[in-house]
Amino acid sequence: MPMPHPSWQRIVVIAAFSAALAAVLLLNRRATGSAAAWDAIRLSEVAHQSGIDFVHRAPTLDPKVAHIAPHIAALGACVSVADVNNDNWPDLYFTTSRFGEANALYLNQRDGTFRDVAAEAGVAALNRAGEGVSMGAVWGDYDNDGFEDLLVYKWGYPQLLHNLGNGRFADVTAQSGLYRWMNSNGAVWLDYDRDGLLDLYLTGYFRSDIDFWHLQTTRIMQSSWEFASNGGKNLLFKNLGNGRFEDVTDAMGVGSTRWTLAAAAADFNDDGWPDLYLANDYGPEELFLNRAGKRFELAGAGLEDDSKSGMAVAVGDVFNRDRHDVFVTNISERGFLFQGNNLRINLLKELGRFNEIATGAIADAGWAWGAQFGDLNNDGWLDLVVVNGFISADSGRDYWYAMSKIAGAQGNIFEDAKNWPPIGTASLSGYERSRVLLNRSREGPGGGFVDVALAAGVTDRLDGRGVAMADLFNRGKLDVVIANEKGRALLYRNEAPGEGHWVEFKLIGTRSNRSAIGADVTVQFGGERQRQVVDGGVGFCSQNDRRLHFGLGSNGLGRVTIRWPSGETQVLEGLKVDEVHVVTEPK
Amino acid sequence: MTARFRALADPKYLIVFLITLVLVAGEARYSILGGYDRLATTLGVCLATEIVLSWWLRGRVANLASAYITGISLALLIKPQANILWPFALGAFLAIGSKYALTYRGRHLWNPSNFAIAFLVLAAADSVAILSHQWGNDLRINLVIWAFGLAVASRARVLHVTLTYVVCFLGLALLRNAIVGGPLLAELAPITGPMYQLFVFFMVTDPRTTVSTRRGRMVVVAIVAVAESLIRLAGDFQLTLLRPLYVSPPILALAIVGPIAMWWDLFRQARKR
Repeated sequence: MPMPHPSWQRIVVIAAFSAALAAVLLLNRRATGSAAAWDAIRLSEVAHQSGIDFVHRAPTLDPKVAHIAPHIAALGACVSVADVNNDNWPDLYFTTSRFGEANALYLNQRDGTFRDVAAEAGVAALNRAGEGVSMGAVWGDYDNDGFEDLLVYKWGYPQLLHNLGNGRFADVTAQSGLYRWMNSNGAVWLDYDRDGLLDLYLTGYFRSDIDFWHLQTTRIMQSSWEFASNGGKNLLFKNLGNGRFEDVTDAMGVGSTRWTLAAAAADFNDDGWPDLYLANDYGPEELFLNRAGKRFELAGAGLEDDSKSGMAVAVGDVFNRDRHDVFVTNISERGFLFQGNNLRINLLKELGRFNEIATGAIADAGWAWGAQFGDLNNDGWLDLVVVNGFISADSGRDYWYAMSKIAGAQGNIFEDAKNWPPIGTASLSGYERSRVLLNRSREGPGGGFVDVALAAGVTDRLDGRGVAMADLFNRGKLDVVIANEKGRALLYRNEAPGEGHWVEFKLIGTRSNRSAIGADVTVQFGGERQRQVVDGGVGFCSQNDRRLHFGLGSNGLGRVTIRWPSGETQVLEGLKVDEVHVVTEPK
Repeated sequence: MTARFRALADPKYLIVFLITLVLVAGEARYSILGGYDRLATTLGVCLATEIVLSWWLRGRVANLASAYITGISLALLIKPQANILWPFALGAFLAIGSKYALTYRGRHLWNPSNFAIAFLVLAAADSVAILSHQWGNDLRINLVIWAFGLAVASRARVLHVTLTYVVCFLGLALLRNAIVGGPLLAELAPITGPMYQLFVFFMVTDPRTTVSTRRGRMVVVAIVAVAESLIRLAGDFQLTLLRPLYVSPPILALAIVGPIAMWWDLFRQARKR
């Protein structure tokens, strides 16, 4: 029998205990970070006024998986930006994912509007029975003829569409060596061997032996909630320069089967060779370091133990350290799951790893999908847009509880779709709003990111997937384009007060690939240095304009250093601000 | 030597061994902790709180095995929003503190980690979820832990509690399936997950927070299983008011049923005396 408690001592203990209970309540209120009323960023949704009325439609699948079809078929809304006709105005390509539905190529009319020319260009009717449905697209001039070509990745056969330069595209898939069935949700162009030709990395999500319209089995799902490796195999294709590509996946060691949803290529370790960073669903992220174009090595880098549900890879120099940092979106759902997004600071040179520092608003953005960095207010610091929401259906019904039952199951139960509870009309992290995260680092260390979406005018609650940024109207301001699953595309025109200076670079490779994909540009201004890379696909099923945009704040422009994919370093000084500079690689 | 062996074979230390096995195996294979700072925080706070409060209130330092088990359980089960440590620190303090603050007739009413986790998921749902990690959904590692767990539960004389719960869970899963439809394996699946391993071997069997008779313990754990099933049905039928409960049905069912049963048992014992 315990000793009787002296009452005053017990009162002290109860008081301390009560204080701890109260502390939990107080700290919890600060957890999510509140939406701030900062007006540094103003975005106005103008898709319809701009002539963009694109609506994504989800694929219809084999009836064997009808009970969870909304879950499986919740992908495919993509947006990719490129100057398709070389008129120096960015154009937009959207994909949809249902047989018979048309993808859209919106040509920039240079007057604030766009016109869909996909049908006459020959890039609309790509969703055909027996061929598969579109899941996304990336632009790159694979044959260096001066016109951006289009690779559409699919649940089905990918398609390579050669830009003929006359407003039309030719389907060259058959002779390219790329005609093989995949269930792909991502692709990036990169010149991994620096031979001046764009190579292609295609990610596999579901296994490639799965035909979603003629299923032979329902054992198609992930074998683990967090360490699944039974997905489709990622493939690396080397550009042979004659219109053909060769599968070099195994030789180069990049055939991950970890359900990759997104990939980004950049020189993360500053050795001059483009590396591959993968966001894997149901598994840890992967960084493949490029060893002089001879092979890739899977790096530790602090990623291997942190298993989440990677959806997108955004690359940006978050704190102006002249490095490529990484933001990877994941899932957060109140009460059920806090994976949290990852903001990984690149310390590869110092520590051989990334440090994950996401907290508050940047960590918890709901069920997050696409994300992109970009300086939306031209203050010299990269902001971040994150789009969210998985399935917005009946708001009175929620699939989270039902999914939590199967999530803990053994792998052989989990991977069989027939064991999953039917989703019916339920939502799953639906009706979530997009986030616009203002980078406040100019206020000093610890400034961090604050969510200004509502104050900025971003209020939609559609199921965002792809997001891309581009100075669509050549005003020195980054606009935001969002592709929504089973929803209309959005164009957020940047209406921020134009106080900060800016500079943009359009790079043209000569010894490097002509698109200059993989080129690093470091801009110095006012004591800051910021690096950006020309991307060949980044975020989730999206691609930014390959014209790079730097906000400069009130500063002038200092030295500009361009590291071309060929290895050439070019230094430019005395350039004017508030202009687009077209820079051709020295021969 | 024999005395030392007997001491080590004490059920308390077997449970210490089992939870250490769970920790080491899970961390080595699946990095289930998510950071050693979390383990250091929960263990440190649990041990320190136990030492200070037992000395402060009882004039002697209590055996620390219970605090050790609680510290590891919390490190494994609490999955907070990214990179925040306070749920581990406050959860650990609340867990051990509950043994000294929430008492009736000198006995604490809640299993310490059950109280802390239930409070955190209910009061701090914006910050804390429970065990998002599933240890790879790997059958082999689960079988190892179940085998060791059952052996230890038998040695600790709580196997009847574990088995009663498991049998009730399986029977009620069949009943739920008959009511809500859908795949039967979806109803059975949760018990194959790691949260249930921690629940059936470390929480529901805690001798300090179970009733005094063998039959009573079996009845109580059956009621816990029934309460859990009611919460699960609330989840299936989307009773919004009960949503906070169905994020973790077994933990919250125990948090509701356990202290009521303890109070009733202590009350009855007192009346008999």
